[in-house]
Amino acid sequence: MERETYSRRSFLSKLWIVLGALTFAEVIWMIIAFFRPRKPRTGAVEHDAIIVAGPVDRFEPGTVSAFVRGKFYLARLEDGGFLAMSRTCTHLSCTVPWVAGENKFICPCHSSEFDIRGDVINPPAPRALDLYPIVIENNVLKVDTSQPAKRSQFAADQVSYPKQT
Amino acid sequence: MESTDQRKYFRNLLLHFRPSEVPERTLRLSLTWGLGGMAVVLVFLLIGTGLLLKFAYEPSPEHAYDSILYLESQIPFGQLIRNIHRWSGNGLIFVGFLHLLRVFYTGAFMAPRQLNWIFGLVLFTAVIFSNFTGYLLPWDQIAYWAITISTSMLDYLPGVGTGIKEWILGGTEPGPVTLINFYALHTAILPALLLFVLPFHFWRIRKAGGLVIPRSPSEQPGTTGPMVDAMPHLIVREAAMAVLLLAVILAISMFFDAPLAEQANPGLSPNPTKAPWYFMGLQELLMHFHPVFSVFVIPLILVAGLVSIPYFNYQAETVGVWFCSRKGRKTALAAVFIAITATVAAVLADEFLIGDSLAGPPNMVNNGLVPFGVILAACAGFYVILRKGFKANNNEAVQALFTLLVTAFVVLTVIGVWFRGTGMQLMWAG
Repeated sequence: MERETYSRRSFLSKLWIVLGALTFAEVIWMIIAFFRPRKPRTGAVEHDAIIVAGPVDRFEPGTVSAFVRGKFYLARLEDGGFLAMSRTCTHLSCTVPWVAGENKFICPCHSSEFDIRGDVINPPAPRALDLYPIVIENNVLKVDTSQPAKRSQFAADQVSYPKQT
Repeated sequence: MESTDQRKYFRNLLLHFRPSEVPERTLRLSLTWGLGGMAVVLVFLLIGTGLLLKFAYEPSPEHAYDSILYLESQIPFGQLIRNIHRWSGNGLIFVGFLHLLRVFYTGAFMAPRQLNWIFGLVLFTAVIFSNFTGYLLPWDQIAYWAITISTSMLDYLPGVGTGIKEWILGGTEPGPVTLINFYALHTAILPALLLFVLPFHFWRIRKAGGLVIPRSPSEQPGTTGPMVDAMPHLIVREAAMAVLLLAVILAISMFFDAPLAEQANPGLSPNPTKAPWYFMGLQELLMHFHPVFSVFVIPLILVAGLVSIPYFNYQAETVGVWFCSRKGRKTALAAVFIAITATVAAVLADEFLIGDSLAGPPNMVNNGLVPFGVILAACAGFYVILRKGFKANNNEAVQALFTLLVTAFVVLTVIGVWFRGTGMQLMWAG
């Protein structure tokens, strides 16, 4: 009889410990969930991320145009192809200006340099500038800025070409 | 009769933190330099001015900068209060660092004070993060870009880094969520942590029977010497130090304004962009190493080393002797000279000899494993030469190694703060 009470008591005290641990885990989970990256309060709609850059003819080969609203650069290579690149340095996230005189991007923070295709020509940047996907419809360029794509270096298949008409 | 009673009550109140009697020798300025007391004074000064600033500051990107401008130009003594807060915060890092050095070089981290070394490291970390979170709040160009590059360093932590960064920033770049996160950390979480750990720090001093007894290298340990009443001998000295420090902070704050640049502009990185000065050593490492090494491997090893310092087995009883012994003084001094020469030489060599041949993306071997292995081998060689060649005991050898690394870090910080100009190019005096 006595042993029974003892085992019931020890079972209940173990139950308390388990319940306490569960409660603790729940509180931790709540705190972590509370700090998860939140959606923007203004409720940015998906299609806001698509920036219409303009007609293809507006961009001369061998030039780079800055888009402040989309936070990207549109580069037109000498062969007429397009690249949309993030303006954020891949080293430590500074904003990289295009220096037209020297024909390269030069980061003011740690002097990383990138060529017109976004390739690293001077470290410490570890990889080429991030890319945004380009869509060319009826000779009008659109850039999807929702998600930058990381790349280690330039490759020919990253370039978008307008249809030859 | 009545006056002695009052004194007794007062003494009893202070007794919780202070013993009623202390060894006369621990009162010497050349033991503590009053550094721990100064740190406490600065903490209270920071809480006082911080509470005032809380009534003037608005933590949102739209209004933060304006609220600082308003504080400085319209609120009586606003500029002065902000200056005191800023310089006290910087001063606390400086004083805390010197306090750490004092404790280390007088052997005050050894048994029974090991745990208090850890409490001290926790407090110092809290102080650094308080400074760092406060750095963003003015939302000016200096703040915005310093926080951008400092948090981007986390991207190089393998696996979890980017997740942690986006957790702290509340997005991929500093924005409204970042500001409110930093504000909450700066004004609630970190001060609460600081005030929670501080009493433990004091309590461990009492528990260890007070401060270490200073003695010269030739003196035998164990002699406490005559005791004196804490009131007035200790308390009056502490009060004098506190008043002197307040005067210095006030004078600095009257003549030097806390920096404030243009309002933050995410589209334009200033040239050069620098981390806060206490992270400049880290940023200088980034100029020379693959980021995985400069922000992960090397800091991890340094922190692990700092934490484990009190738990090595030491051969000699050196508690209370500045720099362990006469040989310890020489080896520590030698370490300072070697570290200054080697660090400057390495930075110059990397900049002018090796730098250009490594054009292209940095790689883990050339910019990581190789230089890291060389430095590790050099440190190990230094230790072995001291032990075997100079017959130093391990107290002296560990001290010399610590001195070597601290001096190198200080040199890197100095280079980063004063010798890096436009485009982070090395230049002669900034």
